[in-house]
Amino acid sequence: MESLGGEVLGFDDAEVTSAKKGETLWDTAKMVEKYCDIIVIRHPVEGSARLTAEVSSKPVINAGDGANQHPTQTLLDLYTIQKVKGKLDNLHIGLLGDLKYGRTVHSLTTALSHFNPTFYFIAPPALQMPQTYLDELEEKGIKVVIEKDLTKVSKKLDVLYVTRIQKERFPDPVEYEKYKGFYKIDKKILPHIKKGLKIMHPLPRVDEIDRSLDETEHAIYFEQAANGVPVRKALLALCLGLEKH
Amino acid sequence: MDFLFPENLNDFQGCQKSRGFLNMKTEKISSIRDGTAIDHIPADVTFKVIEILNLEGIKSAISAATNLKSKKMGKKGIIKIGGKYLTSEEVNKIAIIAPDASVNIIEDYKVKKKQQVSLPDELNKIIKCSNPNCITNVEKVPGKFRVKNKDPVKVKCLYCERDMKKEEIVLL
Repeated sequence: MESLGGEVLGFDDAEVTSAKKGETLWDTAKMVEKYCDIIVIRHPVEGSARLTAEVSSKPVINAGDGANQHPTQTLLDLYTIQKVKGKLDNLHIGLLGDLKYGRTVHSLTTALSHFNPTFYFIAPPALQMPQTYLDELEEKGIKVVIEKDLTKVSKKLDVLYVTRIQKERFPDPVEYEKYKGFYKIDKKILPHIKKGLKIMHPLPRVDEIDRSLDETEHAIYFEQAANGVPVRKALLALCLGLEKH
Repeated sequence: MDFLFPENLNDFQGCQKSRGFLNMKTEKISSIRDGTAIDHIPADVTFKVIEILNLEGIKSAISAATNLKSKKMGKKGIIKIGGKYLTSEEVNKIAIIAPDASVNIIEDYKVKKKQQVSLPDELNKIIKCSNPNCITNVEKVPGKFRVKNKDPVKVKCLYCERDMKKEEIVLL
């Protein structure tokens, strides 16, 4: 926003806001819209961005609502795939890690379903893609492979999208301890993948991608993160009607 | 409220007392002069329909029967409510649990209008989201739901985008 010439008013910790006093999101949105031209909201509760958009007369961008969606991450992910693969159609996409609580993979799955992919959902059964998404993919006739062992499908993949097992998403810390570190990829995976496979990650990573992969031609997660800047600038410009400038 | 035993036994056709028990050859319940008759309720949800319509507070005559033989359904329930006409919200609630029920408007003992219940495309303010981390439950705002499938029933919360099957639906 600042590189577009604007200013950012906001907070990244609810502790410093009236939310700590019990103010509802509804009231916060009604207040905040008076002070700005556009609202970008990242909130731990699902549906929060939609409610904000209903309450506010200003444009609202969802920067992540609980375990539901993360659409701006998906825009930059699509842009990244298009850049490195030259297309979005007919790709074999592996999604690895926490698919149940991962909002990035939910949004990415929804978006990529328009491009006739084959999806490989690689996760332990307790962290698999929610049935809501599986049902929608089935209705669209999209091919889905459910797997928990990456090596069984790795050779087929064009893109491997790795996600962190997210501690903050687990209501039960004991369950998190069971699954953290479940998937870690390192150079041992290299003989089992296509030459042109691209490895993506929405970051931050913990230990699910070993640093030894960073310098390989497969690792594009830092380029992916960098793509977030132009994509989000374009989105802000579009929402503010600045696209002609 | 009467179940199977209305005040006027003459309303039963072919009834006869036998060894102190009523031997009903034909099962029929009381007519009502004006009101609503709900027919073709699956037998296992008849009492649920009574519950969701909050009939306990009604002062006029109500008749209900369940486990009645039905060529169409095997077994069915019927509810007749005197002096009451259902709101569209009430009809929508019935449609969730009894999608094949029919609602008859009765005037002067005659069926004035007959309609099949049908789920609308959106359900607002009559069910709640099953996701405890949905903003509608955290902030107690009315939910909005799109009906994705009518038989079997599947709805999507338009806020948290989670799907709910019939057995997960909680009526308000």
